Order: sequence, then C-alpha cells, then structure tokens
Amino acid sequence: MASVPQLQRQLIEYTASLYDEKYLDDQFLQLQKLQDESNPEFVVEVVSLFFEDSEKLLNNLATALQQKSVDYKQVDSHVHQFKGSSSSIGAQRVTNVCVHFRNYCEEKNLDGCLQCLQQVKHEYILVRNKLEALFRLEQQILQAGGSIPMME
Amino acid sequence: MDYCFGFVAVHVYRCIDAGHQQRIQEGLVSMCDQRARMLQDQFSVCVNHVHALAVLVSTFHYYKNPSVIDQETFAEYTARTAFERPLMSGVAYAQRVLDSQRIDFESQHGGTIRTMANKEPSPHRDEYAPVIFSQETVSYLDLVDMMSGEEDRENILRARSTGKAVLTGPFNLLGSHHLGVVLTIPVYKSKLPPNASVRDRIEATVGYLGGAFDVESLVENLLGQLAGNQEIIVKVYDVTNMSDPLIMYGRQAQYGDLSRVWISPLDFGDPFRKHQMTCRYLHKAPISWTAMATAFLGYVIVFLAGYMFYTGAIHIVQVEDDFHKMERLKVLAEAADVTKSQFLATVSHEIRTPMNGILGMLALLLDTDLSSTQRDYAQTAQACGRALIALINEVLDRAKIEAGKMELEDVPFGLRSIIDDVLSLFSEKSRNKGLELAVFVSDKVPQIVMGDPGRFRQVITNLVGNSVKFTAQGHIFVQVHLAEHSKAVQDAKPDSCLNGRSNCCNFKTLSGREAADDRNNWDKFKHLIADEEFPFQVLTSDGSSQNVSLMVSVEDTGTGIPLHAQKLMFMPFMQADSSTSRRYGGTGIGLSISKCLVELMGGQISFISRPQIGSTFSFTANFKRCEKNLVTDLKRSLYDDLPTAFKGLKATVVDTKPIRAAVTRYHLKRLGVLVEVVTSIRTAVLVLGSGQPDMVLVEKDVWLSSDDVSSIRAFVPALKSPKMILLATNITGDEFDKAKAAGFSDTLIMKPLRASMVAACLHQVFGTGKKAEQGRVMANGSVFRGLLCGKKILVVDDNRVNLRVAAGALKKFGAEVECAASGKAALELLQIPHGFDACFMDIQMPEMDGFEATRQIRLMESQTNEQQMIGSIDGSRDTRTTSHWHLPVLAMTADVIHATFEVCQKSGMDGYVSKPFQEENLYQAVAKFFESKPSTIM
Repeated sequence: MASVPQLQRQLIEYTASLYDEKYLDDQFLQLQKLQDESNPEFVVEVVSLFFEDSEKLLNNLATALQQKSVDYKQVDSHVHQFKGSSSSIGAQRVTNVCVHFRNYCEEKNLDGCLQCLQQVKHEYILVRNKLEALFRLEQQILQAGGSIPMME
Repeated sequence: MDYCFGFVAVHVYRCIDAGHQQRIQEGLVSMCDQRARMLQDQFSVCVNHVHALAVLVSTFHYYKNPSVIDQETFAEYTARTAFERPLMSGVAYAQRVLDSQRIDFESQHGGTIRTMANKEPSPHRDEYAPVIFSQETVSYLDLVDMMSGEEDRENILRARSTGKAVLTGPFNLLGSHHLGVVLTIPVYKSKLPPNASVRDRIEATVGYLGGAFDVESLVENLLGQLAGNQEIIVKVYDVTNMSDPLIMYGRQAQYGDLSRVWISPLDFGDPFRKHQMTCRYLHKAPISWTAMATAFLGYVIVFLAGYMFYTGAIHIVQVEDDFHKMERLKVLAEAADVTKSQFLATVSHEIRTPMNGILGMLALLLDTDLSSTQRDYAQTAQACGRALIALINEVLDRAKIEAGKMELEDVPFGLRSIIDDVLSLFSEKSRNKGLELAVFVSDKVPQIVMGDPGRFRQVITNLVGNSVKFTAQGHIFVQVHLAEHSKAVQDAKPDSCLNGRSNCCNFKTLSGREAADDRNNWDKFKHLIADEEFPFQVLTSDGSSQNVSLMVSVEDTGTGIPLHAQKLMFMPFMQADSSTSRRYGGTGIGLSISKCLVELMGGQISFISRPQIGSTFSFTANFKRCEKNLVTDLKRSLYDDLPTAFKGLKATVVDTKPIRAAVTRYHLKRLGVLVEVVTSIRTAVLVLGSGQPDMVLVEKDVWLSSDDVSSIRAFVPALKSPKMILLATNITGDEFDKAKAAGFSDTLIMKPLRASMVAACLHQVFGTGKKAEQGRVMANGSVFRGLLCGKKILVVDDNRVNLRVAAGALKKFGAEVECAASGKAALELLQIPHGFDACFMDIQMPEMDGFEATRQIRLMESQTNEQQMIGSIDGSRDTRTTSHWHLPVLAMTADVIHATFEVCQKSGMDGYVSKPFQEENLYQAVAKFFESKPSTIM
C-alpha cells in the first residue's frame, strides 16, 4: 500500500489531469467546496444521482430515437435535462456534446442525433470511469488516515 | 451645361447686337430720307420755275400782240434765271403747229421743221411741235420737232390733256450721254377752267415748255454737298412699271452691303410716274466689338460662376458621401469595439480558469518539501501567476465597463476598515522604502455608507499602489472628507497656501516634504478638522440629505507626472513614457479603470502633480447614507471589528508634526482612546504631572532628536507608569535595541497605523481581550455564513442533480431547503399562507416553466393581498395575514446572456442567479434581498 503523501500527490495529479483534459470544470470545484462536516458525502451523493439520471436519460433517448416518427421535442427535453445535470456537476465534455445534440434536434437531423447519442454515451462512460477512479483514490487516502487535499 | 451657357452668351450677344444693328439701320433710314427729301425739294423748285416760264411765255408771247418775246429775250431770260433750276440742263419752248399751218410757220421762222433723230426736214404729220425759243444750252433744238421723239411725243400728248407738268421715263438725253428725264408743261392760249375736258385742253393748247433734267450729274452734285456721302450708295429708280424699274441714277450692278437696304419714295409732282430712292451702305456694318466683348466676358463669367457652383456642388456631394461613409465606419467601429470588449471578457474569463488551477497547484506545491531553490522558483511562479490574474481582472473590468456590463453593488460597508485594509496591503512595501503611509478619515464621514465596497477599494488600492510605486521617500497620505466640507474650506481659505510656503525647508505636510498640492498642508487640514472638535455641527450636517458625497485624496511625494504626460493620464495603457513601464512595471490600465469606476460612482477624478515634487490624486464619490436602525444591526456583523476594551483610556502623543499627530489621534480615537498631543517629550513630562495618561506614544524622529525619554520614567512614580510606545515607519536592529534600553520596552508600533493593528498592539501591551478578538475574526471570516440562517427556501427544478446541488449550496449558507420537481408542485407548496422566505426557480421546465409558475405565484399573491385589503377594511385583526405577500423569486438559468434582469422582471421575478451555482453569485443575488431589506424578513 502506498504512503499517504504519495497517494495525495497521485490524487492531485489525477485531478489536475481531469481538468486538463476537460473532463471536469470549475463547477466540480464548487461542488467540492459545498462538501463539509455537516455534509461529508455531498459530492459522491450528487455524482451518483447524476449517474442514475444519466443512465435513465440515455435509455430514454435511445428508445425515443428508435421510434418510426421521432418526437424531437421529447428528445430535446431529455437532452436539456442531461445538459443541466452534467453542467451542475461540471462534466463539461458531456455538456458540450449536449449542446451539439440540441442543435441537431432543432434541425431534426436524425443522423446527427444518433451520432451525438453515441458521443454522449461515450463521454458519459468516460467521465463516469474517471470520477469513480477519483472516488476510489479518495477512499484509499481516507482509509490510509490521510486527508483529502483541497484544490484552490 | 456648357452648351446652355453658350446659348445664353449668344443670346446676350444677339440682344446687344440687335441694338447696334438697329442704330445702323436708323442711320441708313435717316440718310436716305434726307437725300430723298432734298432731291424732291430741288426738283419741285425746278418744276415750279418751269411753270413760271410757261406762264411767262403765255403771258408775253400770246396775250401781248404783237409778241414781246423773241428767241433773244427768252435765251437771255432763261440764262439769267438758270440758277433757279439747278437740276435742269436747259429749257425750250415748242409751238404747236398743225400741218395746215406748217407753210406759214416755216416761212415766218425762215427754216424748215426738222426731226429730232437726224435733223432732216420733217415728213408730213398731223401736227408738229418745233422749238421756237430755247436756252442757249439747248440751242441745237431750234426748229426741231419735239413730237418726233418717242418719249417727247408721249409727254406732250399727256401734258396737254392733263394740263399739268409731266415727266418722261429716264432716257439718254440728246447731246449728252447722261440719263435724264424731260419735263413738259403745256401752254394754253386762254385761261381754262379747272374742270375743262381733255378736248377743250387740246383745243386750247398753243405750245409746250420743256426742260431736261440731267438727273445723273445733278444728283451727283446734290449728294456731294451732304455728309456721309462716301458711306452709302444711292440709286434712283422710275418705278411706274413696278415689275420693271428703270434706273435713273446709279449703276445698275449690285454691290455694297446687300443685307441692308432702305427705300424712300420720291414725289416729283407727276402723279403718273412714280419714283423711289434706294440706299445701302457701301461697306458691311462692322462687327460690334462691344457686343462681342460683353458676350464673351459674360460667357466667361457665367462659365466661371458655373464652374464654381459645379465644383461647390461636387464638393458638397463629396462631403456628404464622406459623411455617410464615416457614419458607416463609425457603426462598424462601434460594433467592433463591442465585439472586442466581449472578446476580451470571454478570453479573460477563459484564462482565469486554468490560471486558478496553476495557482492552486503552486500553492499545493509550496506545501510540500522543497529545496530552497525549488521553493524560490515556485514562489516566483506564484507571484507571476498572481500578477497575471490581477492584470486579467483589470482587463476584464475595463472590458466590462466598456461593454456597459459593470453594475455597482449597493450594500452597506464600513469605509474606514476598507481603507485600513488597503493600507495593510502596502504596509510591507512602504516600510521597506521607509515611506510614511497614513490615512485620515474625517469624523463627519458616516461610519457606514451604502455603495460598492469592492469598487471603492479598487480605486483606492490603485491610487495608493501607484503612489507607493512612484515614491522613493517622503509620505503617502490618504484623506477622506465630505466633499462639500472640503470644498467650503478650500474656498474660504485661499491665502492659506501662502502661509504654508513661507517655511521653505520644512513644509507642514505629513513627512515634512513638499507636496504637489500645497493646499493640502496643515493650515488647511487644521480647518478641516477644526470643526470636528464641535460635535454639534456634525450632527446638523448629518441628517441633511440622503446622499453623501465623499472627497478622497491620495497625496504622495513621488516622482510626479511630467507635464506632457498629464493629459494622457486617464487613457488606458498610457504611462508617462516607455521608460516608466521598464522602471516601475505595470500596464497603465489602472487609472483608466479607476476613472470609469469613479464616474460610475457619480464622481470625478483629478490630480495635481509637480515633477520631482509629487502628485495628489483626488476623487469624489457618491454614496447613500445608511438608515439609522440598520446601522446598529450591521455594526456588529460588518463594520465594527474594533474592540471596545480601550474605551476611556488616556494617551499622550508626542509629535512635532501636526498632521502626523492628527493621524495618530484619529486611529486612537476610533478605539475610544482620549488623546492629547504635545510637541516635545519635555512638555509631555510636564503634562504628566497634571493628569496621568495610560500610555505615551512617541514618534521615532522625536525620540531620536531629543534623547531624554528616560526622564519620563524618572518623573513618574514606578507603580503607575504609563506604557511607553514608539511609533516608527522602519527601524534597524540597533535602533530597536537602543529604544528598548531607552525605556520603550513595552512595544513598538510599526506604521502604517491601522486601528485594528493598533488595537492588537495595545492588547499585547495591556494583555486584555485576546480571546474576544479571535472570535470576532472568525466571524468576520465567513460573513455570509449565517446570511440565510433559518430561512426557509424553496428550490424548484425538474433536474434532480441540479436540485441537489442548489440545495447543497443553499444549505451551506444555513438555509432550510425544500425541493420541488416541477412548477406545479411548487405552486402547491406555495399556497398562501406558506412559510417560505424565498424561491429559486428553474426557468426551463416541462409542463410549466419558471416564468409561468412565477406569474401564477404573483397572481395568487395579488388576489390574497386584495382580499386582505378588503379584510382589513372589514376590521380583521389577524396580524399574520395583514402583511403584504411578496415572495422573492429568483430565476436559475444557464443562459446568462439572454436571461437579463428585464426578462426576469417582466414575469414578476426579482432577480436571477446563473447556473451552475457559484458561491459568490449566489451570495450577491441573495444578499440584495436579505441585507437591504432586513426589516421585511426579520
């Protein structure tokens, strides 16, 4: 098992890479700031809420786009939801794809929508894996008796 | 256009020329008429004379018997009267001789009757008209039968039948080759009645008197006497037969000026014949040079005028075109400017995010174990990063101001503590440079004002920062006064500056060095603070108006601003010269931002600067006074972080410089300490005798100049000795040791003075109230922690994640949060009466969006309020329901650009916060409702 400072450095580097590669933005920082003693699991709570919602939304979107006559209004409202929740946790790559997705919805471009669905799925899975890895790392630090270093 | 001018010119020429031509024509007419009249007159004179001759012949040849006239008499008479008939070459008298009388006649006259053509004896005819008397000039006509000539015969027959003088047509006269006409007048043997018939006349005829007009030579002669003879050609025609005019005078060939002819009629007394005179000019009329010149000049003038007008018009058109072009360019430029500002804002924002990351990482890096070199590198990087962030913030500010997006806050704040904070920023630098940095806020300035503390601080920070940067020695002095008060003192004491300058080596400023604006010296300052001794006056001016206008001045004794650069000071990116940025750094954007901010705060910024002496920047800013009851509430939380433990203590300040003493007193006064100022330690010792002060504060330079501090200790009983405190801007280790030895064992206060810092030092000295202060600092650290404490807030969003985040953020501020997943659910929860203090509403939601939901809420509220109105009139006493219902509703939106304040207001919302939530945004939005209107919430 790695030492606490090592783990801490690892966490910092990992977090920095997440920001560098634009998986996350400022909003995630804000989220972390909201977490305090009175609410120690806040980030994990919100993020898992995001995961649940996102999976539901992705399923909904897949079914909606398989219909013979696609109800773009409905698709758009799903994407709007997705965009809102992703921006709330700071998953900015997902948010960005959602923006394109909504443009295609407006144009009623089925191919574009399907393409975006694939993309958004892909980005979502990426960010989920990254976040899960991040939480694991944090858990390790906590278990090793260290504290989570705060980003500025 | 030129053709047009040409036509005009030609027309002018024609007009002028027509007059000229008319004059020429008139000349011709008058000359011609004159000639015709003269000729006619002369002619009639001749005819009359021939008449007289006829009468003579009839009288003396026929009525006398025997005749008294013979050839000799006649010849003599006619010769002697020839001058009477200037036009006639000669006259002769022919007798009528019938064929039956021929023999008698021939025998009587001793000759035969001869024909005119060959002077042969005439053949037999019915009658003859042989000449019996003749003038000598025509003596060859003797006994020539006048009736043998064609023209003469006709003439004779016509004359005797009419009884009047008749003329032949023109023909070549006998004996000369000149054209001439012959005049014939009948002679009757008796007097005839005027109405006698032709037959009677023929019967009565006895002879004929004839005369030849040598028209050609005579007219020539006549015309020769007249002026202008050379100019015109005169011709005389017999026009009895109109179709075939016979020329009487003048050559047949047509020459001269054919274009201009005048015909004058002639009356020679023979009604049967008609004559006329034609005249023309010999030469063509000369071209009228005046007309030509006038026309040409006119043409030139008109052409020039036209050209001028044309170029003028072209110029106007061009200017107009340019104007439109400029306008288009202006619009483009303005659009570009807005785009630029937006671009700047975006880019700055984009840079800030990664920069925060960099700075954070650096901070973490600095927490780890680093070698000193590494630490140095990292610290340098951090400092650079901070500078970059500061610059970006400035650029962002400027861009925001330019894009008109800068909005000032309106919150209550303590002005003094803000300025103290600014001073603390620069305390390190000023200490290193040995500068005296001080602040003085007039007591008239309210403790708490409403405005934008951040922006106010920014302006002061900028000005003080500049001063610190450009000042190598001397002082920097920040003063805050009421604008009207400062102005009044300045106006009232115009001569005070003279007093100040009288002492040239020791100016009465903070540090004793000369300052640019010498009105700011002690003499004026004295007046400014003089009134403060009398609290009554303060009170009267306090309540006068809701607005308070402050005058802030920052005075330094730095390098000053070169005169040529003074005009450019408030332009962005302008520094005095390029060497400035090399020596002192900085971008030069700060002053322009300060200017914008000051103007936003309703004030003006200006400066007075003298190179090598210093600069004084001053600005005014308008704030609102805080309501009294609010002040007491806020004092605890916002402003009054100063301990009150020192209230009532007495202090003696030993200082030779009055302004510096005033600053020290100001800070101590804020802590509630009573202050007495003396100018030397000696006097301080004297004062000690009368009333015991709790502390004695001595300026370092006073102490250095008079080395007798120990005398205080010596004088005062050891039991209750005052605390000795030394005030210094900088101090060396030696001096510090010396000071300790001299008795300043208690403490040393490093300048710049700040009330809180002084308080901390005094705590140290007196050893009191440490815990209390710590607690306060903690509370101050998170001011808005308790802002929403106990407030019940409803968050409406269809997105669970958003809902959770918003709730989390609001809970962090201490609020009690309830969630609703749709507009309808929210409406159900908000049925009146409800216990919510505020509502955050997502805008875009399915079924019922945020705008609609808010409209419904407002509708419900207004219905309830109306019912209450009615209810209260009815006498209902329920205090809970009589309050006016208005729930603050704040929109939550991701689209900050489109969702403006106006849009939100339209549907009854009170404001908006941008999504995703950020701590500062949220605080700002909520603060407006829970701070500015505490009475409605509490």
